[in-house]
Amino acid sequence: MTTLLFDGRTCSLEGAEQRGEELWIRRPQLEAATGWELRTEGLCQGDVCIPVPPGAHWSDAERVSVTDFARHLRRPVLHDTPHDVWSVGPEPGGSRLANGVAPDFTLPDFEGRLHSLSQYRGKKVLLMTWASW
Amino acid sequence: MWQGIYEELRDHGFVILAIALDTAGEAAAGAFARAGDAGALGPLAKRIMGWSDALWARAGRPTYPCLLDEQHAVAELYDITNVPMAVWIDEEGRIVRPPETAGAFDVVRHIDVTTFGIPDEVARQGEESRSHYVDALRDWVRRGRRSRFALSPEEIARRSRGPGEAAARAHACFQLAAWLWRHGHVDAARPLFEEAVRLRPESWAFRRQKLAVADAAAIGNFAAGPEYWEAVQALGDRPYYVPPDLGDES
Repeated sequence: MTTLLFDGRTCSLEGAEQRGEELWIRRPQLEAATGWELRTEGLCQGDVCIPVPPGAHWSDAERVSVTDFARHLRRPVLHDTPHDVWSVGPEPGGSRLANGVAPDFTLPDFEGRLHSLSQYRGKKVLLMTWASW
Repeated sequence: MWQGIYEELRDHGFVILAIALDTAGEAAAGAFARAGDAGALGPLAKRIMGWSDALWARAGRPTYPCLLDEQHAVAELYDITNVPMAVWIDEEGRIVRPPETAGAFDVVRHIDVTTFGIPDEVARQGEESRSHYVDALRDWVRRGRRSRFALSPEEIARRSRGPGEAAARAHACFQLAAWLWRHGHVDAARPLFEEAVRLRPESWAFRRQKLAVADAAAIGNFAAGPEYWEAVQALGDRPYYVPPDLGDES
């Protein structure tokens, strides 16, 4: 089973294909796995769309190449072949915070219940990191 | 302490989301998360963390959400390099202050590494730093956008530069290492943890998480071996905790 680590998400992807150095995932899985969706303008997240450059081939009828898309944004891509895990890092020099929108995420609490930042709309949030180490 | 602050401010439409950046998960962070900050910590920690008597007395088991982030996803999304770092987010999901040290003072630079003792003057500065941050937070929760601690969009953009090329690659290495470690592939994870630290040496989260999972018997303990103290020494004049820029340092 292929695993993709992308923008804070960890997704197991059935039916993904490796073509050359690239990871092609099934189109219906794109949004859950990456937070981006395929529109006629390109790959989009909210108001932001990254147009597919002329001559580039990022999608076919079945699948989308998430790594071609990532590399286009100069995002680092690592692949651990023995366990088939793909790890995509953030865009260098491009802060996700600069436009003032807090990136959403979903994490479990210590009882296993999932919480998303977006479900706390309407409240002021202190997002506080800590660790045992 | 944070529980006390939460109880004080929650009726103003305020919530804390505590994010444990802990690859070893429940085994490492569970007991701390359930007990709250005072539960597992003693008076030495109060002094090191800079909590005043008043805030220390209001410690308790957290009733705000405590979330577990084994992959350090929030650190990647928000470009966070140490704990405690915090972000203020308003009712519409907009950033009010990007990640910054949540009032912790650079006590670690003045600590006795065997007794963890710190000089009185450093303890006093630590308390001042923490109180100042908490007061700024109170001001924003009560006054919202009118608070002088709520930053303009230009200032938020200026403070949010994002990772450089090497740091971006470090995140890709780290999250792959964390995934492999969590799935039992400890040997495959090790060089990737090392590479993440090498590429982003300023990330104490990477360095200390790497140290914390290196020894299975030490999970859940403060990972402060020789490699940690050497790295602290190597900072020279640079801070361990960059002080939050609250705009009124004299």
